[in-house]
Amino acid sequence: MSRFFKSLALALLLGASMPAAFALDDFAAVGRPATPAEIKAWDIDVGPDFAGLPQGSGSVEQGQAVFEEKCAVCHGSFGESNKVFSPLVGGVEKGDLVTGHVAALLRKDFPARTTFMKVATVSTLFDYIRRAMPWNAPKSLNNDQVYAVLAYLLNLSDIVTDDFVLNDRTIRDVQKIMPNRNGMTYEHSMWPSPVFSGKPVKPDTANTACMSKCKAAPELVSSLPDYALSSHGNLAEQNRSFGEVRGRKTAESAPVAEKPTPLKIAETAGCLGCHAINAKGVGPAYAEVAAKYKGENASARLVAKIRGGGAGVWGDVAMPAQEDIKDADLQAVVAWVLAGAAEK
Amino acid sequence: MAIGLDDDALTRARFDTLQARIRKAPENFLDAGMILEVGRGRRDVLRGAFVAALAALGGSARAVAEEAKPAGEDAILKLPPWSTSLGRPVAATPYGMPSKYETAMLRRQSPGLTQVAASSVSFMPLQGMFGIITPSGLHFERHHQGWQEIDPSQHRLMVHGSSDEFVRKAKVYTLDDLMRIPSVSRMHFIECGANTGMEWGNVAVPTVQYTHGMLSCSEFTGVPLRTLLEDCGVDLKKAKFVLAEGADGSSMTRTIPIELVTSGEAIVAYGQNGEMLRPENGYPLRLVVPGVQGVSWVKWLRRIKVGDQPWATKDEAVHYMDLMPDGQHRQYTSIQECKSVITSPSGGQTLLDKGSYNVTGLAWSGRGKISRVDVSFDGGVNWVGAQLQTPVLPKCLTRFNVGWIWDGGPALLQSRAMDETGFVQPGYRQLRDVRGVRSIYHNNAIQSWKVSESGEVGNVQIL
Repeated sequence: MSRFFKSLALALLLGASMPAAFALDDFAAVGRPATPAEIKAWDIDVGPDFAGLPQGSGSVEQGQAVFEEKCAVCHGSFGESNKVFSPLVGGVEKGDLVTGHVAALLRKDFPARTTFMKVATVSTLFDYIRRAMPWNAPKSLNNDQVYAVLAYLLNLSDIVTDDFVLNDRTIRDVQKIMPNRNGMTYEHSMWPSPVFSGKPVKPDTANTACMSKCKAAPELVSSLPDYALSSHGNLAEQNRSFGEVRGRKTAESAPVAEKPTPLKIAETAGCLGCHAINAKGVGPAYAEVAAKYKGENASARLVAKIRGGGAGVWGDVAMPAQEDIKDADLQAVVAWVLAGAAEK
Repeated sequence: MAIGLDDDALTRARFDTLQARIRKAPENFLDAGMILEVGRGRRDVLRGAFVAALAALGGSARAVAEEAKPAGEDAILKLPPWSTSLGRPVAATPYGMPSKYETAMLRRQSPGLTQVAASSVSFMPLQGMFGIITPSGLHFERHHQGWQEIDPSQHRLMVHGSSDEFVRKAKVYTLDDLMRIPSVSRMHFIECGANTGMEWGNVAVPTVQYTHGMLSCSEFTGVPLRTLLEDCGVDLKKAKFVLAEGADGSSMTRTIPIELVTSGEAIVAYGQNGEMLRPENGYPLRLVVPGVQGVSWVKWLRRIKVGDQPWATKDEAVHYMDLMPDGQHRQYTSIQECKSVITSPSGGQTLLDKGSYNVTGLAWSGRGKISRVDVSFDGGVNWVGAQLQTPVLPKCLTRFNVGWIWDGGPALLQSRAMDETGFVQPGYRQLRDVRGVRSIYHNNAIQSWKVSESGEVGNVQIL
């Protein structure tokens, strides 16, 4: 008997007692049961009630070491950097731990909004660091390292002391003093049911479709300054050369490149995600690489290294193997880097 | 002159327009009575009419005499190469590409918006699009940790519950499995919650591509998520929320409203505009959550989990929250409220000449169908109804058009949409009165374009 008829027979047999919502195995031989090991491998989310939180622990001190090695290149040693991403740390005051409202969110003279100023749930940070960090090697931290990194960030935000050890029990105490834990509101109409607000909420604006003499005169409050017109390139090239309008010429046209420049190849291949030309990023600056190998014939070595990946020359962050870039492109990029990585 | 009007190009364009306009071919010169007579065999009538038509061209007998230099433009009188040569064969480009003249309509980044291209946005060129469907190659992009090329034969979708009480039987589906299940195809818009976010406080960017280009619309094909949940034995009475998770490095997660799952609207999609999803849009599987901001349309979808608590994931507890003037963040704001924008004429463009124009744009609502769009030419003092172009579908872009004769004077163009719930798109004053200027997300204010006497169109904000 096919699986479909088996389930049909079962459904008929149990029909009277089965809740209507259950309609198991609707499609014969489509899909298969997930094994417990498979569910365990992917079921990595941790919710605000800490369901799914794994066992483990990490100290502030351990976290500092992991952070310096794997996170500081993007976030800065103290989670303060605005270079690659918005700052993680800053803007939290001692009093916020008591009120559960970050006071700086009301300050007009404090435009920054760091992660710790916003987040209400410490589970969010654990969940995210575990699933997505480090940026170029997600899911490479073990649970103890995740606890440690989070402990270090909590310490930088003055939420826990220098000797604090974060684990699957103490994290619940941390939640009670999260600085913006009371900073969320569900009083809005932008979820399709009142499951959060408890009652239906009307949209917060109520314009009308007035058709004539709707106001005395239009009040023009903002327009694009002239200098900003050219900030997005030559708008003439961003519109067709025929039709009812033309784009305004806002910059000189870039010369048409015969073939992509090495810089463009590097950008397209994703190299610039980790390497910058003059500044150290996740990986070394191209200028540093050029300086190191100056006078050597390092081309073949670097091509092999980029192709196969490697670690240890520039620190402990591994350079992942680059299998997708074409040979000719790779050689062009290496030659360009060794020649000093000119930006033009 | 580095900035400002490209005088040469514009003069040339206006001249070309003029050339095309003044030299009319002598067509339609027969009136109905003459056609009847010609039909009855009176060819002398026709001969007479030819002479009259040529005379009307402005040369009378002289025009006939100057056959060496006929009146007309070269685009017609001299046959172009494409009319006098053999064209290229079929399948010369096995996957067809736009004309080589179509170089302007490209996805673009907004300089300075983000620091790293793998965690950034590219904007759709709304200024030159027609109808409502976004060509897949121009669909806007928002990636949090770069985009991936996923081998479809290795891709799996897991459906399970926070516990057995929500889903009785956790299951795994391959693409083979999913494509055997009866599918649906539906057209929906997708808009990033941060679309127009740069403009909350003041005008910041020059064109509609950058003000509104985190918007696209496609026909999506796939299986209703409800069908899969039922196949796994979901208890829809207990289920309150669904978690969707991606297979990319960020394994991005969002809490999905169960209401859009039970309604059958949420789709586990593999198709986009008749072909597979593009890698940048989640190939081979993404969630489609009609009416809800793009971040919830999880790309490279690998897992669906059913539970009764929201997850407060990074993109709903750190980002995609709306900061209110009282310092509180609105969390789980998801629905994209009614909004519209005029796409042509729009910021950064220049009108060619006085006279007739088609003012055209797009309207959409996360709560259903667009019921009307009004357009103002005087900054919102007076309004006229625009024509809605079919199809008008729920939670889908709707194209509107309205004719306009530009008299050469200054004008302030606005569009204002209303959806089937009766909700009317707000102006900036109304929006800022409630939400201040620091929200970043969900700016659905009426957009204004200022047309100056030179024909230049600029981005402005009007209260």
